[in-house]
Amino acid sequence: MAVDYLHYLRADKLPHMWCPGCGIGIVVKSMIGAIDALGWDKNETAVVSGIGCTSRAPGYMDMNTLHTTHGRALTFATGVKMAAPDKHVIVIAGDGDSSAIGGNHFIHACRRNIDITMIIVNNNIYGMTGGQFSPTTPYGAKAATTPHGNIDPAFDLGQLAIGAGATYVARGSVDNGRMLQKYLKDGMAHHGFSVIEALSNCHTQFGRRNKMSDPVVMVEWIANKVVTKAKAEKMPPEELEGKIITGELHRNDERPEYTDEYSQLIQRVQKKAGVHQ
Amino acid sequence: MSNGSGRTDIVFWSGNEIVAEAAIAAGCRFYAGYPITPSSEIAHVMAERLPEVGGTFIQMEDEIASMGAIIGASLTGKKTMTATSGPGFSLKMENIGYAYMAEVPCVVVNVMRGGPSTGLPTALAQADVMQTRWGTHGDHPTIALTPAYHREIYFSTIKAFNYAEKYRIPVMLLLDEVIGHMSEGMKVPDPSEYEIFNRIKPSVPPEKYFPYDSSFGDVPPMASYFEGFRFHVTGLNHTKTGFPTTDPDICQREEERMIRKVMKDAEALADLEEYQLDDAEIAVFSFGSTARGARVAVDEARKQGIKAGLLRAITLWPFPDRQVHELASRVKAFVVPEVNLGQMILEVERTAHRDMPIVGVNRVGGVPIPPYEILSKIKEVARNGR
Ligand code: SF4
Repeated sequence: MAVDYLHYLRADKLPHMWCPGCGIGIVVKSMIGAIDALGWDKNETAVVSGIGCTSRAPGYMDMNTLHTTHGRALTFATGVKMAAPDKHVIVIAGDGDSSAIGGNHFIHACRRNIDITMIIVNNNIYGMTGGQFSPTTPYGAKAATTPHGNIDPAFDLGQLAIGAGATYVARGSVDNGRMLQKYLKDGMAHHGFSVIEALSNCHTQFGRRNKMSDPVVMVEWIANKVVTKAKAEKMPPEELEGKIITGELHRNDERPEYTDEYSQLIQRVQKKAGVHQ
Repeated sequence: MSNGSGRTDIVFWSGNEIVAEAAIAAGCRFYAGYPITPSSEIAHVMAERLPEVGGTFIQMEDEIASMGAIIGASLTGKKTMTATSGPGFSLKMENIGYAYMAEVPCVVVNVMRGGPSTGLPTALAQADVMQTRWGTHGDHPTIALTPAYHREIYFSTIKAFNYAEKYRIPVMLLLDEVIGHMSEGMKVPDPSEYEIFNRIKPSVPPEKYFPYDSSFGDVPPMASYFEGFRFHVTGLNHTKTGFPTTDPDICQREEERMIRKVMKDAEALADLEEYQLDDAEIAVFSFGSTARGARVAVDEARKQGIKAGLLRAITLWPFPDRQVHELASRVKAFVVPEVNLGQMILEVERTAHRDMPIVGVNRVGGVPIPPYEILSKIKEVARNGR
C-alpha cells in the first residue's frame, strides 16, 4: 500500500526551507517510509535534532519533536529515552552536528547501546552557516574555510560508530532512496543504538565550490562513488580506491541494551530494599 | 505521602545529602550529572536512592550532556535535576538558556567553589552569583535560592522544584562549598510541613493545544511528550505554536512575557531573614554560609553598643529590590560581606540608590570570612561613616 506521507507531516509547515534538490528531503521521505512500514504510532515517537539544515527536519514531522542546541541532540534524546524507555526515539543530525561539536555524545551513545536510532545526513559540509568544512569533508575539497583545499583527514562515520560500540551500523545514499529506507527500517527495528549514515548532497554549499552546483550532477557524483558491500567484496582493492561502501556494515544483537539494563537495576535494587511497586 | 527517605528522625546529613533527599521528596525522578567537586555527593546519593523509588539516575559523558538530558526527560513529564560546581556550571550555560527559551522546568544545583577556571576545586566561594543571573546569553528571569541552614536547604530544594514547575523555568539552587559539605543534625521535615506543586497540564484537547498559549496566563499549561499532543520544542524564538518566528513583534512580546511571568511575582518570591533590623543603623546584607558569620558579627557589634542588623537573602534572585531600597531609607550604611571581590554589593548599591556608605568585605582565597573581619568593618563604618 502506498505510504500516506501527509499523515506523518505537518502539512501547514510546508513548503520546507531546504534548497530545491537538497538530499535531506529524500532522507526524510525514506524515514517516513520506514516508520510507516514498522507501523510506529506518531504519538509514541519522538524525533530529536540539533542545529543545521538537517536539524530542521523534526519541525515538519507530526510527532513529538525536539529541536535542541548544536551538537546536543543525543543528550536530550538520551533524557527522553531514559525517562520513557517504551517509546521510540529517533535523532536526525548532520555531519558537523553529530561528529564535530556532538562527537563526544555520539561515541558515548554508541558505547551505552541505548535504543535510539541515529540518522546522520552526511553532506560533507556545514550548509546552514555558509559552507565551512566539516569532519567529513574529503581531503583536498574546497569549502568556505578551506579556500586553498582541505588538509583535514575525514572521519569514516561508520567505522567510528562500530568502534565506539553501536550495535547496528549501515550506510545508504540519497541516489538510492529505497535502499536507504531499508537500512532506516532495520535500524529503527533494531533494539540498541543504531546509526544510519545517509550520504547526501549539499550542492549549494559543497557542490558550488567543487564544480557540482547542479543537484543532479552532485547526486550522480555520489552515485558513482558508492559501491554496495556485496559488490565490493568481489572487487579488487585497486578498483575500490576512493569508493565508499554502502550496506549494513555491522550488526550485533547480543549486547545488552541500556534502558533494559537500567530497568533490571531498578528491579534488583527494589527487591533488595524490599520495595513493592 | 512520604518524604521518600522514609526518615522522620534526626539525621546528620551534609548540605549536599540534604539536597538529594529533599529532591526525591519533592518528586524528582530523573537525575543526570557529571562528577565534579564539591557537588559530587549529590550524585552519589541520587545514584543510590533514585532506583529505590523507581527513578532514573544517569552519569553522562559531560556537563553539557547532563543538562541536555534533564531537559529531555522533563519534556516527558518528569521532575528533573542536575548538580555541578563552577566550571561545570559554565559548561551548562548554553543548555540552561535553552530551558529558559523553551520553558522547560528543571532544577540546577551549583555548589560554588573558587574560580575563574579550575580555581579552587574543593574550596569555598560565592563568586558565581552574577553568572547565575547573567551567565547564559540573552534576556531571561532568574530564580536562585541560597539557603544557609540545614532544614532551610531541605525546604529550599523543595521550593526550587515547585518554582520550576510553577513558572516553567530552570531554577538555580546555589549552595557554596561550606553549605554543601557541612553536616548538621536536623529532623527530616514531615511532608505536612511543605507543599508540592506540579506543572499545570493542558485542559484542552490536542488539536486546540499550543505549548506557549498565553491566553491561559503568562505561564502556559505544559503537555508532556507521548500524551497525544505532538508539539514542537525549539530554542529558536517561536510563536505560541512552538514553531520558529523572526517576527520582531512576536519575539518582543514573548520575551517580555517570559520575564514577566516571574518578575510579577517578585514579592511572593522574596525570602529574607531580618535579624536585629528594627532599630539598626548599620545593615549587613549577606547570603549562604557568609551570612552565618555575619550573624555572629552583628551579635558582637550589638554587645559593643553598635546598632547593627542582618538582612539575609534566602532567595537571592530575583533580587529583593524593594526590601533593600526601603531598608536603605532607615539605616545609615550597608556592609556587604561575600566570598568574591564584590558582586552582590552592586545590587545593593543599585537598589539602595542613595548617597550612603555601602562597603564590602571580600575574600577569594577559599576560606570563609571570619566574623571578626565583618565586625571590624561594621565598627569602622560606625566610627568613620565609611
Ligand atoms: S544549504 Fe545544502 S544542506 Fe542546506 S538546504 Fe541547501 S542544499 Fe540542503
